[in-house]
Amino acid sequence: MSTRPEPAPEPAAAPSTPAAPSEPAASSAPAAPSTPAASSAAPAAKPGGEWLHYAVRNPKLLIGSFLVVVLLAIGLIGPVLLDNGNPNEYVGPQAAPPDGTYWMGTTTFGQDVYAQFVHGLRATFLVGVVGGAIAAVIAMLVGFLAGYRGGLVDEVLTMLTNVVLVIPALAVLLIINAYMGVRSVAVQGLFIGLTSWPWAARAIRAQTFSLRTREFVDLARLSGSGTWRIVFREIAPNMSSYLFMMFILLFGGAILIASSLDFIGLGPTEGVSLGLMLQSAQQWSALQLGMWWWFIPPGAGITAIVGALYVANVGLDEVFNPKLRES
Amino acid sequence: MRRYFARKLLVYALTFVVAVTVNWMIPRFMPGDPVAAMVARARVSQPEAAEAMRTYYNNLFGFDEPLWQQYLHFWGALLQGDFGISIWVFPTPVGDVLLDALPYTLGLMIPSVLLSWFVGNWIGALSARRKVLDNTVLPVGYVLTAMPYMWIAVILAWALGGQAGWFPLSGGYSLDIQPGWNTAFALDALHHWVLPFLSLFLVALGGWAIGMRNMIIYELESDYSSYLSALGAPQRLIRRYAFRNAVLPQVTGLALQLGVLVAGALVTEIVFAYPGLGSLILASIQNQDFFLLQGAFLFIVIGVLIANFLIDVVYVVVDPRTRTGMAGGTS
Repeated sequence: MSTRPEPAPEPAAAPSTPAAPSEPAASSAPAAPSTPAASSAAPAAKPGGEWLHYAVRNPKLLIGSFLVVVLLAIGLIGPVLLDNGNPNEYVGPQAAPPDGTYWMGTTTFGQDVYAQFVHGLRATFLVGVVGGAIAAVIAMLVGFLAGYRGGLVDEVLTMLTNVVLVIPALAVLLIINAYMGVRSVAVQGLFIGLTSWPWAARAIRAQTFSLRTREFVDLARLSGSGTWRIVFREIAPNMSSYLFMMFILLFGGAILIASSLDFIGLGPTEGVSLGLMLQSAQQWSALQLGMWWWFIPPGAGITAIVGALYVANVGLDEVFNPKLRES
Repeated sequence: MRRYFARKLLVYALTFVVAVTVNWMIPRFMPGDPVAAMVARARVSQPEAAEAMRTYYNNLFGFDEPLWQQYLHFWGALLQGDFGISIWVFPTPVGDVLLDALPYTLGLMIPSVLLSWFVGNWIGALSARRKVLDNTVLPVGYVLTAMPYMWIAVILAWALGGQAGWFPLSGGYSLDIQPGWNTAFALDALHHWVLPFLSLFLVALGGWAIGMRNMIIYELESDYSSYLSALGAPQRLIRRYAFRNAVLPQVTGLALQLGVLVAGALVTEIVFAYPGLGSLILASIQNQDFFLLQGAFLFIVIGVLIANFLIDVVYVVVDPRTRTGMAGGTS
């Protein structure tokens, strides 16, 4: 880890130790942010203005965030526009293909697939936000503390991180959820958050490690600031773009894990989510009956949300990191 | 190098202890009463019978002993290879049920993981900094990697299995064939294997291709690449050096992705009713067979730990720095 004391005059020449080569986190998700500290450590005079300038000209960011916003809007507004409250009610004809009344057709039981889809989008976003946020908070606490304090604290926390990293998250979640009688979307998100933070904690630790010997951190320490004050006033702001991109990846990851859990039959016991839709389509042989309108929309919804998040993330990376802009 | 392995093995041993402890703790400290749930599920009408079942299950879990004794007994049974008795296929031991399913899961996972890693890296390395190829590889890669495993499995089954009718929709082999070591069974099993393999392969492929592409671009921008091209080295040579550096994080990435890959294999098996661990887990959840579920959990953890260790060995082979002790690899 190269820790050059003085911040470089230009962002492009900043001491960049990109997360990618030394930090396997880059591969743990398809589009891990590449040069976080470098771009933000030496911002221009008006960083916000500069970033905005590049943000509105970045097609990847625009397309990705547009898709996410559209899907979020459907999830928020769609259920309100439907008059019946429960998407699992048997309302229409049985196993009907899409038509004017039932836009996405109906299930074997006459449930409206469109109603389930819009409610399911809501649940899927919720689990992503809860899981992603909890994972991000734990990752920041562990990563900052280990990276900034070093020594024994670092040893212990790194060991903890590595242990949790190796245990397959889904397997633990299977056991936990199987023993839970009543399951809700929020609790599902909570446990996903508790198990999916390690790669992010490792990445934050590495970044903190490279920032902690900078002059402005020394200065803060000399003036008597405590650990957390330094972390949140001096270190975190200098990698804010990185933290934000990390949250996006955790968000997408939480959605994918939740959909797998739902599909295995350990989803929320009440309500509907995109994963639960896939599960009931599987359970009632939609595949064998050729009812494509039952299993295509939920999977397409998940793919669209997660894919759009990834693409937006690459766009953000290009906005924050000058080195990536030209290509 | 010894330090490197000692550190790794310490982490894996700790992980195993933590996993076993979690496995032991959850039935005992989760809110709710698993014994009551199992008794209720059996729908026994006579109170005496229900009481007898309750005592039986309490004995089985060892709930009537002090906690520390329960914990020691749990370890003792585990080290003797005793995972308990399955309730779903009573009275087969859980270990036997899992060992029967294991070859199917491994036969699905090992080829798909290795092939997707090699092909993905190859495609990624090829497409980096090549406009036309990159413009197709990147979007396709993102769509593939964002797909839930079970969804691509369902789509493939529907298109290639249902509509085209090329491949069977479910099972690990045809019902009219007895599993055994003969050509008829091997061909039949292979026929059933193609679709689950393909769906696992495709989803993982996207992630590796994108990762490799990004890594190669980073390497091509580094000083040694510029220096080489300033010296007039051929582009092929520079790319080869870039590849050798870029492949290292992909090896560690493979270790990090193991959990996700296992999860993908489990749900894919469920889609195709493929007779591996995933289908067992589904059955154990539907039948409230907690012993089977917990045994499957330990099998998965042990498998992931072994795979992690193998990857560590590979890392020592491909990265000379770990051998001389100059850098501890990662972590």
